[in-house]
Amino acid sequence: MKKVIMGNHALSYGAMLARVQVISAYPITPQTQVVELLSEMCASKVLDAQFIKVESEHSAMAALIGASLAGARTFTATSAQGLALMHELLHWASGARLPIVMGNINRAMAPGWSIWSDQNDSLSQRDTGWMQFYCANNQEVLDSVIQAFKVAERFYIPAMIILDAFSLSHTYEVVDIPDQALVDTYLPPFQPAFRLTPDDPHAFGGLTSPDHYFELRYKLQKAMEKVPEAVEETGREYEKLFGRYLGTVDGYCLDDADIILVTSGTAGSTARVAVDNLRKKGKAIGNLRIRLFRPFPFKIVRQLLRRAKKVAVVDRNISYGHHGIFYQEIKSALYGFSSIPVFGFIAGLGGRDITPETFEEIVDYTLSHETVDSEIIWIGVKK
Amino acid sequence: MKKPRTMKLSLPLEEYMNPGHLACQGCGATLAMRYVLKALGQRTVLCIPACCWSVIDGPFPYSSLDVPVFHCAFETAAASASGVKAGLEMAGDKETTVVAWAGDGGTFDIGLQALSGAAERNDNIIYVCYDNEAYMNTGIQRSSATPYGAWTTTTPVKHFKDQPKKDIVAIMAAHRIPYIATASVAYPEDLFKKMKKAKDIKGTRFFHIFAPCPSGWKSRPEDTIKLARLAVQTCYFPLYEIEWGEKYILNIKPREKKPIVDYLRLQGRFNHLTEKEINLIQEEIDRNWHRLLRLCLQPEEKPTA
Repeated sequence: MKKVIMGNHALSYGAMLARVQVISAYPITPQTQVVELLSEMCASKVLDAQFIKVESEHSAMAALIGASLAGARTFTATSAQGLALMHELLHWASGARLPIVMGNINRAMAPGWSIWSDQNDSLSQRDTGWMQFYCANNQEVLDSVIQAFKVAERFYIPAMIILDAFSLSHTYEVVDIPDQALVDTYLPPFQPAFRLTPDDPHAFGGLTSPDHYFELRYKLQKAMEKVPEAVEETGREYEKLFGRYLGTVDGYCLDDADIILVTSGTAGSTARVAVDNLRKKGKAIGNLRIRLFRPFPFKIVRQLLRRAKKVAVVDRNISYGHHGIFYQEIKSALYGFSSIPVFGFIAGLGGRDITPETFEEIVDYTLSHETVDSEIIWIGVKK
Repeated sequence: MKKPRTMKLSLPLEEYMNPGHLACQGCGATLAMRYVLKALGQRTVLCIPACCWSVIDGPFPYSSLDVPVFHCAFETAAASASGVKAGLEMAGDKETTVVAWAGDGGTFDIGLQALSGAAERNDNIIYVCYDNEAYMNTGIQRSSATPYGAWTTTTPVKHFKDQPKKDIVAIMAAHRIPYIATASVAYPEDLFKKMKKAKDIKGTRFFHIFAPCPSGWKSRPEDTIKLARLAVQTCYFPLYEIEWGEKYILNIKPREKKPIVDYLRLQGRFNHLTEKEINLIQEEIDRNWHRLLRLCLQPEEKPTA
């Protein structure tokens, strides 16, 4: 069934179709509609779930950790300051190997107060052991929730579905709402291998000596390493049932591209428009949108970028004192495999628009430079 | 031939706590757990945040308890328990009792927000605060449960704690939850009875259990029960229940109220106190006790305005 819905509601519908059992959430702009619609779904019994209306994001994640450990499928959504408040528990969820799925609406961190998009909130959580999926349209948001549960529950790793504030969260698009019965065949009920129950009493998360801790983290990383392939595989399975492929990256016009733009989120959709415009002008440009950021899909990124003459990475984020974060990751992925120049651009912080013209400026710069001579190339900074 | 003598047991023989735990000698918190589990039975899940009990239970992969334990983040005991309860119910287990088991730091201080949230929602959990009146696990730092006059490593003798203990029970009563009880390891039958009663009540139930700590109080391990009993007999830690934040029930009224100095003098943490300071403590106890007696008057006994 096709519906015109906002990105936030695409998250809610995804959670509904995944038949989540415990939701715990706290309101924050621009995430609020996600949990408002889920509240209605629970109240009207469209969704058989318990909704714990907590007093903070910290408690939201704490409650889900408890519920997931008890064996329930769990979901929440947040943004920016809320995600930062959860930070301690993000480590907890992954360390405890709990397949919680969370929507995060990319919103710039205060101060000054901002409700507009950039990626510093979610990328600050890069090292917490969560999978991160960056979405470019509302259909992908909905589909990603369902796929994320499937991958999360296979490896016992939590997952974040990430979408831009307003340009996705509040933008209405046509979305195909999949048939529940088909989703049920794709995503069977959560049957955890271990859970908190008096039937089989164990202590979870107790004091862990250096004799054991190291191996627990090693196992998390080893599981993480299997995720990119599993995303491709579950993405193909999804395509068979629903007609939409969900991979680790989304390539556009890459085959003959001299310059490949590397993008994420809605900037990745805008980049496609820019690629079309530039191609009309005879410039061989392609776009590689990174969908799965953690774990990083090294193999496919290397394989696709090596064909280009130059790479231009566009970051809507910054690691202060270093570079844009996707730029760091791409350089790290190519190191030792390719010596093509990789340029790092920062644009659109705090919700400043990233338009097709932004990409044209980026491409012009890249065409006119043979070697990288700036740590960061800033786009659109007012003088 | 003499008739064999039989003793009537006041507590069940079943144990859910085993030898091999890591508590200090004379630990009150350990007794509290033992009695509470006797009342709640095996179909219980414990959510234990950072506190002495996260060590006492034993390191991974061991546990000294026969019930499942979720070692959770410091400030999350209540929220974790709410989540566990919801998760168990959705997984088809509606019967198991879910207990948040936290120390005074995890309750009075860092966990207060989550506790208030769970209480306001009246989530179906039992929250137990075992109170040893400081951050004992990290090495005796003051908490807001540390009483006036006490030495701790962050309230040295030259600048001992000069604020009174936070009235956590009044805060919880203000949430109008169905059941609140104070309890003491020196009165196990009373503790057991109230925990049994709480088990059958639906909603948020809060227990404040007085648990002496010889290591932190600088008292003799063999004095733990004596100190816990004196705390009740001096009316420093009265035993009472509150239903729906309104109905106060006094469980034990000492025949003769003992002076607080009897209690203080057994503990090194109060060694430095002068007579003047001890008198201040006595006055505060007297005020609190009279307030409690007034609250415990039945409606018909209360004076009209």
